[in-house]
Amino acid sequence: MPKRTDIRSVLVIGSGPIVIGQAAEFDYSGTQACRVLKSEGLRVILVNSNPATIMTDPEIADATYVEPITPEYVAKIIAKERPDALLPTLGGQTALNTAISLHEDGTLAEYGVELIGANVEAINKGEDRELFKGVVEAVNAKIGYGESARSVICHSMDDVLSGVETLGGYPVVVRPSFTMGGAGSGFAHDEEELRRIAGQGLTLSPTTEVLLEESILGWKEYELELMRDKHDNVVVVCSIENFDPMGVHTGDSITVAPAMTLTDREYQVLRDIGIAVIREVGVDTGGCNIQFAVNPDDGRVIVIEMNPRVSRSSALASKATGFPIAKIAARLAVGYTLDEIPNDITLKTPASFEPTLDYVVVKVPRFAFEKFPAADAALTTTMKSVGEAMAIGRNFTEALNKALRSLEKKGSQFDFVSPVGDKDELLALAGVPTDGRINTVMDAIRAGASPVEVFEATRIDPWFVDQLFLIHEHAQALAGAGRLDPELLADAKRHGFSDTQIAGIRGLREDVVREVRHALGIRPVYKTVDTCAAEFAADTPYFYSSYDEESEVAPRTKPAVIILGSGPNRIGQGIEFDYSCVHASFALHDAGYETVMVNCNPETVSTDYDTSDRLYFEPLTLEDVLEIVHAETTAGPVAGVIVQLGGQTPLGLAQALKDNGVPVVGTSPEAIHLAEDRGAFGRVLAEAGLPAPKHGTATSFPGAKAIADEIGYPVLVRPSYVLGGRGMEIVYDENRLASYIAESTEISADRPVLVDRFLDDAIEIDVDALYDGHELYLGGVMEHIEEAGIHSGDSACALPPITLGGHDIKRLRASTEAIAAGVGVRGLINIQFALAGDILYVLEANPRASRTVPFTSKATAVPLAKAAARISLGATVAELRAEGMLPATGDGGTLPLDAPISVKEAVLPWSRFRDPQGRGVDTILGPEMRSTGEVMGIDTVFGTAYAKSQAGAYGALPTKGRAFISVANRDKRALIFPARALIEHGFELLATSGTAEVLRRNGITARVVRKQSEGTGPAGEPTVVTLIHEGEIDLIVNTPFGTGGRLDGYDIRTAAVSRGIPCLTTVQALAAAVQGIDALTSGGIGVCSLQEHAARLMAGRGE
Amino acid sequence: MTTSTRAATTPAVLVLEDGRTFGGRAYGAVGETFGEAVFSTGMTGYQETLTDPSYHRQVVVMTAPHVGNTGVNDEDSESSRIWVAGYVVRDPARVPSNWRSQRSLDDELTAQGVVGISGIDTRALTRHLRERGAMRVGIFSGNALADEGTLIARVRQAPEMTGADLSSEVATEQAYVVPAIGEKRFTVAALDLGIKGMTPRRMAERGIEVHVLPATATVEDVYAIAPDGVFLSNGPGDPATADLTVIQAVLERGTPLFGICFGNQLLGRALGFGTYKLKYGHRGINQPVQDRTTGKVEVTAHNHGFAVDAPLDRVSDTPYGRAEVSHVCLNDQVVEGLRLLDRPAFSVQYHPEAAAGPHDAAYLFDRFTQLMEAQRA
Repeated sequence: MPKRTDIRSVLVIGSGPIVIGQAAEFDYSGTQACRVLKSEGLRVILVNSNPATIMTDPEIADATYVEPITPEYVAKIIAKERPDALLPTLGGQTALNTAISLHEDGTLAEYGVELIGANVEAINKGEDRELFKGVVEAVNAKIGYGESARSVICHSMDDVLSGVETLGGYPVVVRPSFTMGGAGSGFAHDEEELRRIAGQGLTLSPTTEVLLEESILGWKEYELELMRDKHDNVVVVCSIENFDPMGVHTGDSITVAPAMTLTDREYQVLRDIGIAVIREVGVDTGGCNIQFAVNPDDGRVIVIEMNPRVSRSSALASKATGFPIAKIAARLAVGYTLDEIPNDITLKTPASFEPTLDYVVVKVPRFAFEKFPAADAALTTTMKSVGEAMAIGRNFTEALNKALRSLEKKGSQFDFVSPVGDKDELLALAGVPTDGRINTVMDAIRAGASPVEVFEATRIDPWFVDQLFLIHEHAQALAGAGRLDPELLADAKRHGFSDTQIAGIRGLREDVVREVRHALGIRPVYKTVDTCAAEFAADTPYFYSSYDEESEVAPRTKPAVIILGSGPNRIGQGIEFDYSCVHASFALHDAGYETVMVNCNPETVSTDYDTSDRLYFEPLTLEDVLEIVHAETTAGPVAGVIVQLGGQTPLGLAQALKDNGVPVVGTSPEAIHLAEDRGAFGRVLAEAGLPAPKHGTATSFPGAKAIADEIGYPVLVRPSYVLGGRGMEIVYDENRLASYIAESTEISADRPVLVDRFLDDAIEIDVDALYDGHELYLGGVMEHIEEAGIHSGDSACALPPITLGGHDIKRLRASTEAIAAGVGVRGLINIQFALAGDILYVLEANPRASRTVPFTSKATAVPLAKAAARISLGATVAELRAEGMLPATGDGGTLPLDAPISVKEAVLPWSRFRDPQGRGVDTILGPEMRSTGEVMGIDTVFGTAYAKSQAGAYGALPTKGRAFISVANRDKRALIFPARALIEHGFELLATSGTAEVLRRNGITARVVRKQSEGTGPAGEPTVVTLIHEGEIDLIVNTPFGTGGRLDGYDIRTAAVSRGIPCLTTVQALAAAVQGIDALTSGGIGVCSLQEHAARLMAGRGE
Repeated sequence: MTTSTRAATTPAVLVLEDGRTFGGRAYGAVGETFGEAVFSTGMTGYQETLTDPSYHRQVVVMTAPHVGNTGVNDEDSESSRIWVAGYVVRDPARVPSNWRSQRSLDDELTAQGVVGISGIDTRALTRHLRERGAMRVGIFSGNALADEGTLIARVRQAPEMTGADLSSEVATEQAYVVPAIGEKRFTVAALDLGIKGMTPRRMAERGIEVHVLPATATVEDVYAIAPDGVFLSNGPGDPATADLTVIQAVLERGTPLFGICFGNQLLGRALGFGTYKLKYGHRGINQPVQDRTTGKVEVTAHNHGFAVDAPLDRVSDTPYGRAEVSHVCLNDQVVEGLRLLDRPAFSVQYHPEAAAGPHDAAYLFDRFTQLMEAQRA
């Protein structure tokens, strides 16, 4: 009887909002775990504040709490649900830290909750640097291998300074204890850098502890993913080798599986150390990740760190091997052993084995430095990437080239066409790891660098360097050949060259290359990821392409629907789109189709081989998608391709797919164009009689100036066809307009700049709706808390809207229907409106699933993405109502009065970025989206829901203490009432002189504090920034004074970020916060599961 | 085997006895070679694999696509030469990279005259062997190339593995001694049926002085060294062809006996069990084996095409007392270990010395020393 019978219910903690270092991979692992536990007959209770996740879908757990992941809220859930056990190892560092807090404060003991999957002692041994050093020493004593880098533990700056001497000088590595994604760590080359990095590290570490280490920069870096069961069976699931040597966080490195440059003896040493470490740490059951550095000159092995939990690397390892670590970890946690669990893929063999790969996996990180122009783009031991793409090939070159094109970023593929640069300059550039360093290395090779020179500049292993030379040689062969003969072309494809690259090199069009290739019969085959290198037959159709001989795609009879995913996560296109794709797959599978998922993002649920009937782990370029369509068309009937759920990536392919004869279902490419092209969309609006802000399009400065002069400043400018407000800016004068046009590289005759009147003081509204050609289903209406001008992805919003009445909803519904009909939508549409004065302006329409679909679906308990997928394939709203997928009557615009209020809040990555001088980057919100994730607060009234959203996103709102207020003139009038409310709650107000004056005139006492620019006073009076750093301030309200450049409040806001103090940058947010503080102080904030909310909603709808 | 100078783009062809062919490029020596086609799924340890005498007369297909990345060194070989009859890889390394590397694998194969082929769909070939079973194969390049029909005919003329007695071809001709490391505690007579270098070393590390004897050693030769224990090594070929006199004598006298791989098959036959050829064998370093006494699973290195046919569900009576299956492969329930309950003898079908492979089963050498210790007491 393997499964424990004493556990009947389990609480699973998720990882909260997507942040850098803790992303969608925890949705993947958490979803797997919840499904497994549920299938084992356990009652699963889940807490996760992130609405964009699959795991928070009501059907994944028995009770789903979209509540803040803080010890306080989780304790309330425990008190209510009384789970037998808590599984903390699947929700990243957030879950682990929360579980430890609940252990330490006695909550777990009080309610008799057993921690499973890890014990507190093991967690501490794995995570605490000093304890872990002891672990490594013990391991070395036992097996004779493995050591720690020489290091010193420091608790103060004095410790830090003397520590450097102990280690023998600079450079040294600084690592704060107990932070996720390596937050706050870095290399210090001198005392100034040391003071900065270590100072911040001491602050970030919950135990005020940093570790100083000898530098092992440039060593080879490896990771092993291990699993252990209660019988002490241990397996190594995967080895990973970093292409980028030590010095770059593994999340920011190009990584390769399996390890490429280890002999068996060296590999077995790492394996022995890994197993000894997991035993010594005492991880009873579950997975862990261990990182190693190996000296390339003599093989000395240093054990860098271990994570006693499922991690980003374990998600990658699961996708790379087909061995589902999280799923198995969940089974082990409830008592099974590895040999009792079948291997999902072979079905016949057990999980107590080590996967072997007959392919190569390459992961490349995706960065978003363009969103944070002030941030230092050099890569360090602090993770900065926002997403990643993975590719599989039968060799390294194929996998690497596929991975680079999966990034979907201009310049991410190797460029063999542009002029050759200066070798020495390029080698010097390549010496500093940055986003795209591999491209710089290739440029250096093109410029004549030798393998030795490349190695010396970068310390990239000579084997990898040779692989880059191999790619370069094929590029040269392509360029130099008289004609594109079959062998040449086939060889290039075997090394991963895209048709686009070949076209560039040969001076041909991409489609011409493709035609030639097809005429020669050179097409990819699809191989299976099977965990066993073909030793056993595989049951799971998890495919990757390769230019090899034999394809393994089996024929099928059911019609297939191919769903194109959203590619690597990036700001503006994240996990929300994966949510919609996964829902489409579930809904269409249920409706009798065979679902085929295409995606290249290893973090996601969509790339779990369990999600769809078939999975193609492939880049989302036209070439790769066309080949998959071809393979699937050969295998059986294809009902169509869905492009409108994966965000802008698949949407951008719609027209080209259609032009190539691919059936695109749902909203047609022509309709997509109607919504995306400004002129065409303007005509749609005009026909429907709907107002839009005055606008125009221009391809040059004079054109833009003429438009701006006519409609008046400020104007909102942006390039067309972008997602996430990329390059969008509010321009207040002609000078800035000129420089904007000059700086913008995205503007061309095909891609004009859009100039809109900027609506000051407008209320912005987002609508998600379904349209089947006849009937509109209004999914939900979201009212933004911040005013128009702040990107909808970064703005908090409330659903149902808190200040709009029935008349407004009626207008919104009519406008939405007119646009949906005018454009010709079949499926989802998202429209942004602005209510200014009493006029409802249409800002833009997106004929696809939007970022807010998961939020709207959860807030209204209606699966919009599932419905959209069905409508794409011909179902009507009426049919879906009859089926029960949509409510029988009413919609998201007619929610009952007692419906819960949901608040969505964005989470921003400010604390991750520093400028090259090491100062923080500014935290102002604007029309360009910068948030990485979101949380949802749901409750019966707005104030409570808002307070929960803040607690989930940033930490709880303070209910007492000191509030510092400094606002721009235009905000001063609106400040009075909320400021007075703060006083009533007992806050002491501090303000800069101007703001204090206004407050005093209105009878509100505020102590004047010195601005940063005024410096410390004659009697040593501190500035506001000093006060913030000293922890004297609990709440900051600071609205920006101007635009562009370095703003007045910069120091205040960056100090707030580094100290983790709530900082409100709009007056509207302050008003909402006051309502939240009201709710918090009136006490009794409860927790309520989505299932309970849904039951109440159903009752209210009369169903 | 014939050799000539090799060029990276010299065409080569691999021909299976059932007629399937794969076109690729010559790797290592150019010429022709024949053997039994088997695939190995290890991702590391090609140098150990190539020099493992158990691969004698086999053409090894590597499922891992990149081979040769760490070059070849003078430390990791398991014997004095490469034994594989031919080598099949997809993407050979052009540049070896490792601080211990002394030369490239390509050069080593060429120097030792090992004919290989690269650039073929090794996964398709592996799937073919999985479905159809191990079979004879030929690799041809350079002057050896001919029309397909001729090549298939030549492959079909090559000898088969079943019924092959190969131990004497790979074993040492002269006895030699591997001294104990540290204090000498035991003397062991190791019958070399194709022994790997790591095996005596693992014993030496435990204070055993290992007398490696030729495969042809007699009972008298074995007992001339007054052994505390007798070891039966791995090796190539069909166990049905082996002479069991020595083993029977050792069992008769009750001298502690430990066998691995081929040695396990010989112990099985001596106990009266049959042996049979697996469809495509176990060759890799990731095989889950369960120790049936403790229930623990070890990840182990395998290289066997034959297996012992013994009942899993009961203790068997043998001429030497009761015997049981001590270890089993969890992938396919193949017998992976035998143990006598009334006499000090046991064996495993896999490789506790690893090289290449995980060290999970190293404890078996300790069991051997415990048996010898107990026998003394």
